[in-house]
Amino acid sequence: MLGLSKKDTTFLLIVIFLTMATPILLQPFPEGSAMATFNAGYPDLMQRFAIFGIFAIGFNILFGLTGYLSFGHAAFLGVGSYSVVWMYKLLDYNVLPGLVLAIITSGIFALAIGYISLRRTGIYFSILTLAFAQMSFNLAYSVLTPLTNGETGLQVYTDDPQILMGENAPNVPHLFGLVMRDSYQLDLGGWLFTFNIGYYFCAVIAILAFYLSLRIFRSPFGMMLRAIKTNQTRLNYTGLNARPYTLAAFVISGMYAGLAGGLLAAMDPLAGAERMQWTASGEVILMTILGGAGTLMGPVLGAGFIKYFENIFSKINDTMLHGWFGWMPDGIEDAILFVSHFFVGKSWHLTLGLMFMLVVIFLPGGLVEGAQRIGRLFRRRGRKAGGPEAEAARQRNPGPAE
Amino acid sequence: MGILEVKDVNKRFGGLQALGDVNLSVAEGSVHAIIGPNGAGKSTLLNCLVGKLIPDTGSVMFAGQSVLGRKPHEINQLGISRVFQTPEIFADLTVMENVLIPCFAKRDGAFRLHAFETVANETEIGEQAEAMLADVNMLEKRDMVAASLSRGDKRRLEMAMSMVQQPKLLLLDEPTAGMARADTNNTIDLLRQIHNKRDITMCIIEHDMHVVFSLAQRITVLAQGTPLVEDTPENIKGHPKVREAYLGEAH
Repeated sequence: MLGLSKKDTTFLLIVIFLTMATPILLQPFPEGSAMATFNAGYPDLMQRFAIFGIFAIGFNILFGLTGYLSFGHAAFLGVGSYSVVWMYKLLDYNVLPGLVLAIITSGIFALAIGYISLRRTGIYFSILTLAFAQMSFNLAYSVLTPLTNGETGLQVYTDDPQILMGENAPNVPHLFGLVMRDSYQLDLGGWLFTFNIGYYFCAVIAILAFYLSLRIFRSPFGMMLRAIKTNQTRLNYTGLNARPYTLAAFVISGMYAGLAGGLLAAMDPLAGAERMQWTASGEVILMTILGGAGTLMGPVLGAGFIKYFENIFSKINDTMLHGWFGWMPDGIEDAILFVSHFFVGKSWHLTLGLMFMLVVIFLPGGLVEGAQRIGRLFRRRGRKAGGPEAEAARQRNPGPAE
Repeated sequence: MGILEVKDVNKRFGGLQALGDVNLSVAEGSVHAIIGPNGAGKSTLLNCLVGKLIPDTGSVMFAGQSVLGRKPHEINQLGISRVFQTPEIFADLTVMENVLIPCFAKRDGAFRLHAFETVANETEIGEQAEAMLADVNMLEKRDMVAASLSRGDKRRLEMAMSMVQQPKLLLLDEPTAGMARADTNNTIDLLRQIHNKRDITMCIIEHDMHVVFSLAQRITVLAQGTPLVEDTPENIKGHPKVREAYLGEAH
């Protein structure tokens, strides 16, 4: 189906099902229960899962396949956001023209930055991309203020032209009248499920993005990109020119980033320069490595993981902790609270950092490798676990689980 | 006129004259060996042929076209394939993928954005690669990751990758370096068999006399950057100059 093998079709169908059922799956605890804090099925967070999933999928096409570590992908995220808000200002609140423009402008940007940066490899490539991204960030704050509105951030004002704005058109981002922030809520017993239009819009685009990346992974083009990662000398002496291949991968992943940035502005009609800062570029690297660079699902898992921590662990405060541990004797409760302070609330970065260290040390292939190991553990007695990928992972990491 | 014509090639590295007035002609369909003691300039000459080095003076013509100033991938597209002294393969990919890549390079040229095709659906190229793997007796290893192959298998894989492109000229840089005698003999058999079956012109740079005399039809002896003699193996064996410059030291 759709040019995919049977196995990949099943895989894609599972991904589609999981994406569509996210508002239910991420809401496992009843409203008002002590565990309700861990529910992640609210629109804002689910949108972020999908958007940063797209960002990471695109980044993985460059980093996971070719091994070129770009430290400047946040620049394309920012360019995408600005493009969408400009379309709001000039045309109307329909998100479609903005997203198309976001993909085009970020593609052109990536072509220019990639053309120069790809003259170098390894750390020099990373530094060049970092320099370009920081340059864009600083320009957005200073010289380019007429385009970016500087520190205030770009937003829509009442005196903007909005030439396509109809009489009854919604005053917030929408797709042909479907307002992004509208939701349908389903109350089932104690459970509350929110089905948000914005989320489903992002989800459909994320599935398309995932499908495209699946096709690239299985294509001769994807094979060439992996060949670049493993031995560029051999590639040259095999009659292939590595430069246009890496440039194409760079532009494709830049366009993914632009699309993700555009979607951020499609959910919330604002664009600020802080989106271009290097920490945002670092975040997508963390997502990809945490999930598993070079795997199909890894980056999406990594993105979900990091966004979950960012939004859920940072919310936990003293009142909640007291609610959970209040039944304990005072001394022990105080001790637990004291220790917890290092890991939750404002300190959630520490938890994330520890998780990242554990994954990198014990699961170099990321969360996907963890899942594969668990899968093999179950299948071990049945038939011999097959597939070249599993075989490769086993040869690289002869762990104690074998 | 040979398929490869090297004329008056000079190359200096600072004060060292690595190549001095090298003339070489490789006839189409033949197996031509270049031998010489260490530091004779064999590898420098090879690097001049594949675009890694550019000679100071002289010309290198391949099938009527100059290769000088062309990049390695362009020279490969002209029809020159190279096998390295230490195997250069795509270690993270499977054996089959290693052979598929040169097939795609041959068909699609130096770059093509075939992002929406599927490798598994390219039956014609798949069959080519499988036939090549069968020729080097590696078909049953097709799904293994290349990094996990033995040293000898890596070398055979690299030869398969070069030969599957049906090059007009195959350059081999010490194809048996570091091999045990039995492996060396296997490699000789393999090269001879491929040469007969696929009719590929070969130019071998070699240290091991056994290999050279088993395979080559013409031999050029290089010493201190200049060709000493060029002749058939029978005549080379007894040549006094060669004995003095090379065999005398080695045996």
